[in-house]
Amino acid sequence: MMPSASNPPLSLISRRLHKKRRAVDHMATAFTWLATFIVLGLLTSILWQVVGQGIKGFSLLLFTQDTPGPGSAGGLRNAIAGSLIMVIGATFIATPLGVLTGIFIVEYGKNNRWAQAVRSANDLLLSTPSIVAGLVVYTLIVAPLHHFAAWAGSIALSMLAIPVIVRATDNMLSLVPQALREAAIALGAPYWKMIVYISLRSARTGIFTGIILAVARITGETAPLLFTALNNQFFSLDINQPIANLPVVIFQFAMSPFPEWQQLAWSGALLITALVLGLSLLTRALLRLTERL
Amino acid sequence: MNCFIKSLCASSAFIVVALLISIISILAYGSWPAWKHFGFDFLKQSTWNPVTLVFGAVAPLWGTLVSSCIAMIIAVPLSFGLALFIEEQAPAWLRPLLASLSELMAGIPSIIYGMWGLFSFAPLFADYVQAPLQKYLTNTPLAPLVAGSVSGIGLLTAGFILAFMILPFMTAMIRDILTSVPPLLKESAYGLGATRWEVFSKVMVPSTRAPLMGALLLGLGRALGETMAVTFVIGNAYTLSPSLFDASNTITSALANEFNEAQESLHLASLTALGLLLFAITLIILFISKRWTRAIA
Repeated sequence: MMPSASNPPLSLISRRLHKKRRAVDHMATAFTWLATFIVLGLLTSILWQVVGQGIKGFSLLLFTQDTPGPGSAGGLRNAIAGSLIMVIGATFIATPLGVLTGIFIVEYGKNNRWAQAVRSANDLLLSTPSIVAGLVVYTLIVAPLHHFAAWAGSIALSMLAIPVIVRATDNMLSLVPQALREAAIALGAPYWKMIVYISLRSARTGIFTGIILAVARITGETAPLLFTALNNQFFSLDINQPIANLPVVIFQFAMSPFPEWQQLAWSGALLITALVLGLSLLTRALLRLTERL
Repeated sequence: MNCFIKSLCASSAFIVVALLISIISILAYGSWPAWKHFGFDFLKQSTWNPVTLVFGAVAPLWGTLVSSCIAMIIAVPLSFGLALFIEEQAPAWLRPLLASLSELMAGIPSIIYGMWGLFSFAPLFADYVQAPLQKYLTNTPLAPLVAGSVSGIGLLTAGFILAFMILPFMTAMIRDILTSVPPLLKESAYGLGATRWEVFSKVMVPSTRAPLMGALLLGLGRALGETMAVTFVIGNAYTLSPSLFDASNTITSALANEFNEAQESLHLASLTALGLLLFAITLIILFISKRWTRAIA
């Protein structure tokens, strides 16, 4: 390569280019480090704040006393009970519907047009904003009823849980090897027996994981409960009445000017975070179990 | 028995589809008085006055779109950075740990983000971001963007909190997509002497452009529909000002704050109409996202 008078030698150009490429690469690498540190910092800050503030108000009173009036001490017993009732109710509504729909898509639909339609509808439901679920249940149930009710809250929550369970069932059943099904049919098993004893049995851990994931999702949901279950100052187990629940109590107490209420809101936030994160850890453990099998 | 199980499954599948249709029709039914009263002016009016009963969607729509845009501007580079770090940079022992931490973050309920945003993030944000921004931008053309009081509450804060919320969600999707790039493709690029950045920007991104766009749109959909995280920090005011520091409202925060206090049926109907608008927007975004995702799969 002959260096000409006007152009620098090629080796110099390539060295310069090399330097530039390396600099860009280093900058990109530095940015990925930075992004990771920012995200880890955020996570630490959130958990630190929730645990640090929440633990201050932790005592047995939290579980034995009801939400207090402004400026006095109390606990979250009614809210915890209300949340439990509504989440359990929603799970009982959503699980059969979700699992059966998943079975329809994979086992009966076999990717035909109907199955695709149900799958698409479910995808749309999956990304429905949670407050829209509250709005729909309000218009459909609460407005004609003229009062808020715990069961309306359960229905709103189940609207958010159903698509999660359908998706999980769909994915898990699709993983079951076709040969397994054919073997069962070849042995003369009726189709429903094949579904129950072969497909569902091999996919059960995955489906169960999906259900827990759905429970974790609805446990922390606030928006759908604002217009459906609302809140109740007192301890109530009547599902036809407004009922106290952790997310709405946290929302109202955190926004209030009273320090006692704010403290209760933080304790409630810690409770709910621990519960939700515990549930998601459980799903990971279960998934790892299935992978090993 | 066969027939029974089949019809049981089919009917629950029918219920799921009916649920989607009923969401649309119930929202349309509930918001009908507002559409009848205001017509298309509902989409053009910028006043929202429960006393004189004049309602227009412009202010909350503006708040929703702007806060989500801010969220995307912040969250997209960060989630790409984190995803790349986990997949390409981190040592093997760190990868599962980082992946579970970011999934942990995705699991934190939105109300917790809201509380943290209001009590921890907003005061710091006012002192260390908003005040300096205002100081340095006063005599520039950007001044209107940062006018107003430095309270730590407003559109910009809401955008940041939304960004933090959708970050782990988008990171997970981006990671899934990046791992789907065939190793052979990447290795050939490395073999030709490409740097990591070049492999990412010239091989991985171009070969997965459609699903990546789909993933980002899904993140945008999340941001648009998020309620509690925003309600805490947006300040709840129907103002239509160019300043990102001013209190504002999104569709979701307007619903969360006002729905239970609404007495007049026209007020309720107008709020429901906002909900219908939100649902329509998320549906459209999801449709586009699905198209793009399918383009490659």
